[in-house]
Amino acid sequence: MGKIEWAMWANEQALASGLILLTGGIVGVAGQFRGWQFAAYAVAAGVFVCLLEYPRSKRAKGTSVERTGQYCFTVCVKAFGPLTRNYYVRAFLHAAICVPGGFMLATVLGCVCLGIASLIYLAAAIRGEHWEPILPRKETRKPVAESIKNPPQNPPPRPPPEMRRKQAGDLEKSAYDNPMSVTDDE
Amino acid sequence: MGNFVANEGLSVFVIMVWLGINAFLFVHFYMAFLVERWYYTRVLLGQALPWARAPAACLNFNCMLILLPVCRNLLSFLRVYSIKALHIYNDIFPFSLFLVAVHIIAHLFNFEFFMDAQLNRNTSLLTFVLSEIGNGDNASFLNPIRTNETNPTIVMFTTVAGLTGVAITLALILIITSSMEVIRRSYFEVFWYTHHLFIIFFIGLVFHGYARIVRGQTVASLDTNKPQNCSDMFEDWGKNGSNCAVPEFAGNPPGTWKWVLGPMILYVCERIVRIYRSHQKVVITKVVMHPSKTLELQMKRKGFSMEVGQYVFIQCPSVSRLEWHPFTLTSAPEEDYFSAHIRIVGDWTQALYEACGGDKNEPQEAWKLPKVAIDGPFGTASEDVFGYEVVMLVGAGIGVTPFASILKSVWYKRIQNNQDVFTKKIYFYWLCPETQAFEWFADLLQSLEGQMTEKNMMGFLSYNIYLTRWKEQEAAHFRVHHEAENDPITGLKQKTFYGKPNWDNEFTNITSQHPRSKVGVFLCGPPQLAKSLEKQCMSHSAADVKFIFNKENF
Repeated sequence: MGKIEWAMWANEQALASGLILLTGGIVGVAGQFRGWQFAAYAVAAGVFVCLLEYPRSKRAKGTSVERTGQYCFTVCVKAFGPLTRNYYVRAFLHAAICVPGGFMLATVLGCVCLGIASLIYLAAAIRGEHWEPILPRKETRKPVAESIKNPPQNPPPRPPPEMRRKQAGDLEKSAYDNPMSVTDDE
Repeated sequence: MGNFVANEGLSVFVIMVWLGINAFLFVHFYMAFLVERWYYTRVLLGQALPWARAPAACLNFNCMLILLPVCRNLLSFLRVYSIKALHIYNDIFPFSLFLVAVHIIAHLFNFEFFMDAQLNRNTSLLTFVLSEIGNGDNASFLNPIRTNETNPTIVMFTTVAGLTGVAITLALILIITSSMEVIRRSYFEVFWYTHHLFIIFFIGLVFHGYARIVRGQTVASLDTNKPQNCSDMFEDWGKNGSNCAVPEFAGNPPGTWKWVLGPMILYVCERIVRIYRSHQKVVITKVVMHPSKTLELQMKRKGFSMEVGQYVFIQCPSVSRLEWHPFTLTSAPEEDYFSAHIRIVGDWTQALYEACGGDKNEPQEAWKLPKVAIDGPFGTASEDVFGYEVVMLVGAGIGVTPFASILKSVWYKRIQNNQDVFTKKIYFYWLCPETQAFEWFADLLQSLEGQMTEKNMMGFLSYNIYLTRWKEQEAAHFRVHHEAENDPITGLKQKTFYGKPNWDNEFTNITSQHPRSKVGVFLCGPPQLAKSLEKQCMSHSAADVKFIFNKENF
């Protein structure tokens, strides 16, 4: 398991926990269960966790696969700078968020799942991982290939005038060697 | 033999049967809780009771099914090749997840209602009277919550059903999150090891109903207290002169084990078979390092026999004792060894490469090669290929691997065994994004080409290689060498094409060359390609020429 980026799994787990927390909260509120205030909290907490976890981080190695439409979430999450970049913060944040969920049966599952996600994030943070936004690559103009040379700056070397005058009549005598090589694959 | 319609039809039929069984179980068990025996339970719980029990029955059925496709040795033994494991995970699993959600939500309501009944301590309420039953002997009670000084969360953690329920749901969630495609493809070990939580899942599932927490009126009690008559007179139960005794309740014996015990035993047998197989001696006879980061292992095992297009699981104990990875066999059944071409893409393959001495320059001694174990071969036998007179084989990228086996086998049958092979013409298409991966397959094609020229059979195999991506410098090189006799990349006589094939043209071409024949089209590649080929097959099939698309997952 050497090269695993724990944060990738923690992210999936946290997103799932957010959904579970949200569902449990909705059931608790809709069913008007005792302790429905915790359920209402769970709805808000679930939505928050989902929004935070939806944008995937850029992987340190390999290609990163975005989730559909995650760009606007990436921008929002990126705006919080070190708070969202650092996985220690996320680990403690999730641990704190999950606690009130443990007070009501409908949200207990979400609480435990988020707790596990928090532990995996802690492992990621200890290994030095951090969140990087996946931003669209700017198109850089490809540098012009080497084989295309700049157009010549100087006129071609020409023999002295007296040799040039003889060109029309006598081909052999007017032949000359170029002082510079003019082949094109240098 | 797969007719296109029959293939599709079979899958659809199987799914309809499976959904039908689920629907039947759901309705049957829903109705089972609407009978008299459960009358008083429904007084406490309302419809939440059957809503929890019905999905539970469906879940029993689906949990039973889910263990079966992983018993690959058993399936192979039964010559069952058509069960597409993917169906299981694409259809059964999300459906089961939905059932789990319904089951849990219904039980949340159940717990809430049970608690309500204990909290509203008013003897003029039937719910409270019912909850008080069984306080003396703690055996004939109805409400599993026995006191009002508790809350549903505590109850859940102190009952067998609740505890096992939480444990197995947690195991399920961890399995799901580690099986997401992102994790599965990049961090296989996490996926593999976490998946073994299914053992906890099944054990917890079997014990989930152990404490018989769902209780209905006993048969004996129904004689002395008929709910239709007695439910209104609950204040007089058990009193002198009343016709109604106090009702007594008992729980249903756990039923899940009846569903899953069989498959669990089969699975244990499967693991035992795998352990036995892993001790069978496999000898690596040759290791070839191909330039395209591909490792070829040629092996022998006593009693090994294969069909074309099958795959094996390879384990290398010195790399990892627990991991078995699947690889398509690239050798033909006619050869005296079997081989696999392994691309070096991750931890395990890299370690295997190093164990075989890939990073050293000099050849390795035979005794230094690592011990390997083989499980298999498994998979769809692609023998269907030989049943067509004209065959179109399309492989995309690494998907060309099973075709190595097929091409070699067709060749052996045709030439060496002097058999009159039914297949008269093969059109082979290989789509590849980059040139490096060509190397070992190009070798194969070159040798086939050479042999065909020798035997004057150039017309037998027509192969078309399509480079779908190239760099500027390479393009210049191709332009310059356009007129060369051999292809500048592969060295083959048939030229490499660039870009994607024009399937319409290809199909039309084949139609005109082979009127009045059935053409088998076999694909190993991405789903978009499958869809477009399917469409082409349908549109080009006419009265005399039929294209039959085989959507086997190699």
